[in-house]
Amino acid sequence: MQLSPDLFAPLKTAEFAGEELGRPPVNYWSDVWRRLKQNKLAMSGLVLIVLLTVMAVIGPYISGHGYAEQHLSLANHPPDGTYWFGTDSLGRDLFTRVWIGARISLTIGLVTSVICLVIGVLYGGVSGYFGGRVDEIMMRIVEVLYGIPFMLYVILLMVIMHPGLKTILIALGVTYWLDMARIVRGQVLALKEQEYVLAARSLGAGTWRILTRHLIPNTMGPIIVTMTLLIPNAIFTEAFLSFLGLGVSAPMASWGSLASDGINSLNTYPWQLFFPAVLISLTMLAFNFLGDGLRDALDPRLRR
Amino acid sequence: MARYLLRRLATMLVALWLIITLTFIIMHVIPGGPFATEKKLPPEIMKNILAHYHMDEPLWKQYTDYLGSLLRGDLGPSFKYENRTVNGIIRDGFPVSATLGAIAIALALLIGIPAGIISALRRNSWPDYLAMVLTTLGFSVPSFILGGLLMYVFAYRLQLLPPAMWGTPRQVIMPALALSALPMAFVARLMRSSMLEVLQQDYMRTARAKGLPERTVVWRHAVRNAITPVVTYLGPLVAGIFTGSFVVENIFAIPGLGRYYVMSISDRDYTVILGVTIFYSAFLMLMNFLVDLAYVLIDPRVKLTGRREV
Repeated sequence: MQLSPDLFAPLKTAEFAGEELGRPPVNYWSDVWRRLKQNKLAMSGLVLIVLLTVMAVIGPYISGHGYAEQHLSLANHPPDGTYWFGTDSLGRDLFTRVWIGARISLTIGLVTSVICLVIGVLYGGVSGYFGGRVDEIMMRIVEVLYGIPFMLYVILLMVIMHPGLKTILIALGVTYWLDMARIVRGQVLALKEQEYVLAARSLGAGTWRILTRHLIPNTMGPIIVTMTLLIPNAIFTEAFLSFLGLGVSAPMASWGSLASDGINSLNTYPWQLFFPAVLISLTMLAFNFLGDGLRDALDPRLRR
Repeated sequence: MARYLLRRLATMLVALWLIITLTFIIMHVIPGGPFATEKKLPPEIMKNILAHYHMDEPLWKQYTDYLGSLLRGDLGPSFKYENRTVNGIIRDGFPVSATLGAIAIALALLIGIPAGIISALRRNSWPDYLAMVLTTLGFSVPSFILGGLLMYVFAYRLQLLPPAMWGTPRQVIMPALALSALPMAFVARLMRSSMLEVLQQDYMRTARAKGLPERTVVWRHAVRNAITPVVTYLGPLVAGIFTGSFVVENIFAIPGLGRYYVMSISDRDYTVILGVTIFYSAFLMLMNFLVDLAYVLIDPRVKLTGRREV
């Protein structure tokens, strides 16, 4: 049979109209965002976090008093028109100091969670993906480390290193990644048996590609939730350490050190505890709300 | 069972040894040392002090000596206070901390578990909402803030309770509350979500269908199955209570081990820091171990392979 080119004609694309999708495809992340938006508590947490972040950036400049500026004649001044949150025992403006504290706390929360993300994802990813012997040894190490009460460990690190922001970050980073590693490992362990990984492998994808393109993106949900819940934990630990006198040193201020100063003069100058206390609690509340909301939004099993 | 116990014991000992060795190394490599004071001591006196505490010997000798005395249960002298030993400090402080801790744990469980059960049984009713609001607050207000607020309201404003010190039951109320708020919130949440899950199970319907009274259904079938997550949480709970008491004992001026520990930190009293850290670690690990045992006894389904599934 002879086939000549004029027997063929290009197909008109219009004929495929019936197969077009009725509406734009719902991408996973836009779906998550849509569900998160419906959660009022999570959204108010998010708004609060944005507000706190903005104030941490601009707050210390608003009142016009520097955070280390001392006016001994105005010491322990109650809140009024000039000193909105009052002053401390050295006459320093608490409004400015509280927002400096917000900077410290938010930085610590964020950086710690990023450190833990990197260590935890790599460690957990490798352990879960390779499995067998490697997994056994790596998880045994985690188990031993888990046995160590971490707060004591952080305190020890703080005692022997110079107190300061960097030290806190190192101490928190090296102790908090364990949870992340375990969660990532569990996820990877479950996911690597899935058919699409087999498909990718049979198409010739290498270990690195499977790990970075298939396994890690699919564990993003639990990772993000762990991160958002880790941030308030880190903030709390920093405040706890600063409260014990192991945090940033004066004249820097953190919410923990402000609260610690405030407790000592609680009977006479209650506002010195009140403002840092409210801010710590609000921040923890906001991150916990957002974390819970994200967990619900990211978990497809909870879709109703 | 025996194999599992041995394995857990081995892990525990390795962790403990790791802590001892790490802290020992760290404590000895930091510049300055415990006797670095503002005033420069004459070299002869310095030498005598070092000799007195055997710090002039080679490091490995100090290490093996320390391990040896640990095995005999001797944690060494305090560097700061000449006539005190670490053992003495623990003997004085730990009973106080343990009493406070036990009361706080009891509060957390006795209020947290029933609150969680009621919330779950009467979901979306006002007691449930109230419990959820309170637990959210419990999560967000750190113990040192709560301690301060309680002290301000009940000791200074209302003058109902003594603001500090230790000894009478009235002095226990505020620190125990401050310490137990967070674990109480956690226990209540855990109990609620686990109850909700259990209540949906088929065997609940079966239990009701065969005509069991509601009491039996709830207590024998629901609560008993729902309580296991709370039991696993007991390990972290104990650890949290004891580390939390570092600040709470400071706020309320309670002469417990936590307060001594914090004091030794600001004094840079190395042997006390080292000794108390080791003591706490050993104690908390032992607690974890006991909790694991309790878990096995409560839930016969738990397989003792030695590895907790994630």
